[in-house]
Amino acid sequence: MFQSIGEMVVLFLRTLQALPKLWRQKQKVFDQLFEIGNASLLMACILSLFIGGVISLQTGPLLAKYGLSGSIGGGVGTAMCKELGPVMMAILIAGRIGSAMAAEIGSMRVYQEIDALRTMNINPIHYLVLPRIVAISVALPMLVIFSILVGWFGGAMVAAGNEKIGITVQAFFSNLRQVVEFADVMHGLIKSFVFAVTIGVVSCAQGLQTIGGPRGIGRSVTKAVVNSIVLILIFDYFLTRFLLYFEK
Amino acid sequence: MNSTANQQQSVSVEVHGLRKSYNGVEVLHGISLEVARGEVFVIMGPSGSGKSVLLKHIIGLETPDAGEILIEGERIDAEGVADKYRMAMVFQSGALLNSLNVGENVGLYLREHRLKPPAEIDRIVREKLELLGLKGVEGKSPGELSGGMKKRVAIARALVIDPQLILYDEPTSELDPLMAVTIGEEILDLKERIQVTSIVVTHDRDLAFGVADRIAVMNEGKVIAIGTPAEVKRNPEPLVQRFLTVDFKPQPQETYAKHT
Repeated sequence: MFQSIGEMVVLFLRTLQALPKLWRQKQKVFDQLFEIGNASLLMACILSLFIGGVISLQTGPLLAKYGLSGSIGGGVGTAMCKELGPVMMAILIAGRIGSAMAAEIGSMRVYQEIDALRTMNINPIHYLVLPRIVAISVALPMLVIFSILVGWFGGAMVAAGNEKIGITVQAFFSNLRQVVEFADVMHGLIKSFVFAVTIGVVSCAQGLQTIGGPRGIGRSVTKAVVNSIVLILIFDYFLTRFLLYFEK
Repeated sequence: MNSTANQQQSVSVEVHGLRKSYNGVEVLHGISLEVARGEVFVIMGPSGSGKSVLLKHIIGLETPDAGEILIEGERIDAEGVADKYRMAMVFQSGALLNSLNVGENVGLYLREHRLKPPAEIDRIVREKLELLGLKGVEGKSPGELSGGMKKRVAIARALVIDPQLILYDEPTSELDPLMAVTIGEEILDLKERIQVTSIVVTHDRDLAFGVADRIAVMNEGKVIAIGTPAEVKRNPEPLVQRFLTVDFKPQPQETYAKHT
């Protein structure tokens, strides 16, 4: 385990070192961005809509019972910004994109494509890892913004449609505007950036460590997804603690 | 890059006392051999004898536990030596990048190192593919090619580097005899045309004796015979003789009937 963590840290540092050469890989970054967006946007939309809806459904009647149904917009808004948007999107991307990264790099390793790159003096970190980590680090925060907006919409629809909550869409968003601040959105974006780097590094590292044939690739994919999700949840706690120091 | 080293068309290779272990099991037991400039040197031996591992050490994909590899008398692991000489490897599977088409695979080295403008790269790619009888396949994906075509594309990709040393790992495995002969002819043709040094790892006896200037026979991580094809054929070592002469002997019909 410690060796694995060490390899991930080394990969992360080497990727940071390679950042000045990013301009040479810009086309690959755009290709990866398209891949991530294309593969995840619809799923992100459905997931966020229902997450927003279910928070409304769970908290709305309870708040209404104590005569606080007017504050549901703020509750859903804050939860989506600071916690559910970043964490759920990160888990979705770990499963959808992290697995694909580990499988692609893993199969390249198994079928000697990475060795072929090295014989041509092409650094696999510059060619394969850097564009993927940069693309996911840009794409995930963008997806989180999208997820927050769709989640708010889902929450508002349920709040307006559920008779036990019984508030209008306007009242939902009016409360949301009073409660949610720009700093809350930034809180979620900072988290999502850290999660994105985590998914990228873990998935690429697992891909590069792949040995054996198709079974080895399968093992790497599973490890990439599981390790990414575990690290996302651990980092979420510590990041929340850290970011709370900066709140008023 | 050293201009003299860069201009000469072939390089010499020396391997001294090379040792390598994986998980405590030694797979190379102090290999030593020398390959002269412009020579086609064939390394033969049964599967698992360490031929491919040796090749990976020569190209720098593996680090030896002990011993040294010299290119033109310079240690390959010394600062800048690997970059100084143009070396290419043709992998057993071809190792073409599946995410790229054939043209992009062949032009990858020039494109990634920005050595030529895109139009020039396209011209060189077409030229190298035509040289190997692969006209008009630039747009195809590696998955659409036969085993022989993949190998030839891999050779074309190696040629784009304008190599001084080409390493071939089992170039005729999985190929029909006609295609195997074509690949063998390509190796000889390249030697004639660009005087490149070639190291060929194979257990294909026909290919080995057809193309080699010298042959080394390996078994269990050791070189057990080395010399010209004629010298190796005369080598009295029983393992060498067995490897060079063993042939398929069908069982007599009655024996087969007894078993069934």
